[in-house]
Amino acid sequence: MALVRGVRFGSYSIGRSRSLIFNSLQRRGIAACVDPSIGLTDEQKEFQKVAFDFAANEMAPHMAEWDQKEIFPVEAMRKAAQLGFGGIYVNPDVGGSGLSRLDTSIIFEALSTGCVSTTAYISIHNMCAWMIDTFGNNEQREKFCPDLCSMQKFASYCLTEPGSGSDAASLLTSAKLQGDHYILNGSKAFISGGGDTDVYVVMCRTGEKGPKGISCVVVEKGTAGLSFGKKEKKVGWNSQPTRAVIFEDCAVPVTNRLGAEGEGFSIAMKGLNGGRINIASCSLGAAHASVLLARDHMCVRKQFGETLSNSQFLQFKLAEMATKLVASRLLVRQAAVALQEGRPDAVSLCSMAKLFVTDECFAICNQALQIHGGYGYLKDYAVQQYVRDIRVHQILEGNDFFYIKKMPLN
Amino acid sequence: MLPLRFRRVTMSARVLVGVKRVIDYAVKIRVKPDRTGVVTDGVKHSMNPFCEIAVEEAVKLKEKKLVKEVVAVSCGPQQVQETIRTALAMGADRGIHVEVSGKDYETLGPLQVSKIFAALAKKEQADLIILGKQAIDDDCNQTGQMTAALLDWPQGTFASEVTLEADKLKVVREIDGGLETIKIKLPAVVTADLRLNTPRYATLPNIMKAKKKKIVNVKPADLGVDVSSRLEVLKVDEPPQRQSGVKVETVHDLVEKLKEAGRI
Repeated sequence: MALVRGVRFGSYSIGRSRSLIFNSLQRRGIAACVDPSIGLTDEQKEFQKVAFDFAANEMAPHMAEWDQKEIFPVEAMRKAAQLGFGGIYVNPDVGGSGLSRLDTSIIFEALSTGCVSTTAYISIHNMCAWMIDTFGNNEQREKFCPDLCSMQKFASYCLTEPGSGSDAASLLTSAKLQGDHYILNGSKAFISGGGDTDVYVVMCRTGEKGPKGISCVVVEKGTAGLSFGKKEKKVGWNSQPTRAVIFEDCAVPVTNRLGAEGEGFSIAMKGLNGGRINIASCSLGAAHASVLLARDHMCVRKQFGETLSNSQFLQFKLAEMATKLVASRLLVRQAAVALQEGRPDAVSLCSMAKLFVTDECFAICNQALQIHGGYGYLKDYAVQQYVRDIRVHQILEGNDFFYIKKMPLN
Repeated sequence: MLPLRFRRVTMSARVLVGVKRVIDYAVKIRVKPDRTGVVTDGVKHSMNPFCEIAVEEAVKLKEKKLVKEVVAVSCGPQQVQETIRTALAMGADRGIHVEVSGKDYETLGPLQVSKIFAALAKKEQADLIILGKQAIDDDCNQTGQMTAALLDWPQGTFASEVTLEADKLKVVREIDGGLETIKIKLPAVVTADLRLNTPRYATLPNIMKAKKKKIVNVKPADLGVDVSSRLEVLKVDEPPQRQSGVKVETVHDLVEKLKEAGRI
């Protein structure tokens, strides 16, 4: 890692600039009104600072390359894990950082400005580590969590199947008890990290139809009968491979089951509550970065004899984008607090946050792309990658169209 | 039998590191409308990058067990405690916040800060002071040198490499002509240059541990230091706007224009 020094505008490229961070990539929240550090404690500001620095130095310079070459950035993620980002809300006794949901949201929001796709994967990995930490017994926690927190091993969350997306409880992958093993048969679709990861947290059917017949087991890569489909070609999220995960008479020890039989669906849903906050936080980071990019472009691009920043229409548009960004951020952070406090409204708040924020932030990034004009469509400019990467946030971890079911409208 | 001073240095060396809270390097600076200074309200601040390098060097010395304790010091209002906390998260053991606020803070400069550091060095019985070579807001490059003068200690400024050899410090300095290597006796003042090291990221566990580390408040008067300034800032302006150039057709025209402008 060469420390690149340069003299630009009479000031120094210093600090931890391992690459040239030009004025246009001010992803550190310099604009006062959208500053993401407002209202945070000193400690949270420190967490955020580390995450922003890491994003700017270790991720942002590579995000385009990771996207275009579809690279799964193992080394960069392991560096992130060394800082404690591998198990942010996992207990410290198994290698986690033991932070709150709000702290986690702040961190993912900041990391996402460096690369949405990689941060989203890191959040999925965190969710899996938490599930094992929370619902596993001591043997399971000690077996899996330390390696996951250090990212010595990577995890994938396997719930979705070709025939059950939104209707997750109708999943078909079966797990028949034979002696001290479950024999798994079936397949999972759209699994983030599938094929490249080591630990698979799988929801499978051990009992009757419906949610109460589902259990959660941990399957390790290399287990006989575990195979993977082809790597999917996606519009975004290209720094993480997506594959089908196939079980053909795959024998998994009963000791790998998390919790009791029939608890799997509940475990999956609890994991997803936090997962929704994490995904929404990733959308926030992208929107934040896009607002700054749009503002910078407006200060530079001239049309009709003046910079775009003089156009009243565009000023209003930017103000609207900023307002929606701040509103989204407040909702996500409230949802995070509700979840960590175990409030009764936590589930619906997390669902509302995910629904509202992923939609709004996509609109913000899309608007930012529009402001860039033709340049926004070129892969040389980062804004299109933010748009492509966060589009899927409106779909996974609960298709926004089905959210009405999550909110008990009495 | 080793001389007393040698034993003291290798077993219980204490390092004071100065950290300054400055406007973040990525911020676009704007001059206040009344031209008395730059806009600081609501503007992102962070630790001076050269101070980060100084903290990193001190922490590395501690990790090599060459020094016992790293004390982070900052002068300013309540907000500088954030900067001290960052130093604690990087590995400093405790912090000292020298309270200077209001008008005094606006006029605080290298002379007063170096007096404060000299007083603290005596009070804390420090063996080594590491500072950033300069701050990115005023670019003074004076505090280290003045501190050394006040204490009558040797100085190794613009350090790009520091090695502790018994009771001496070998310092490689970046100078105009290249690199200069000097050996100075401890206690000494060192100022960190860009290539001294690459500051570490604070880890999440270290940030949480830093919460438990102590920051002590001290007033300049307690140290016997007068922070009033002998300097008065008359006005602050932006650099002049770059004027557009003029294209000329022939060399003859060029010479004429240069003559007109009084350049030749």
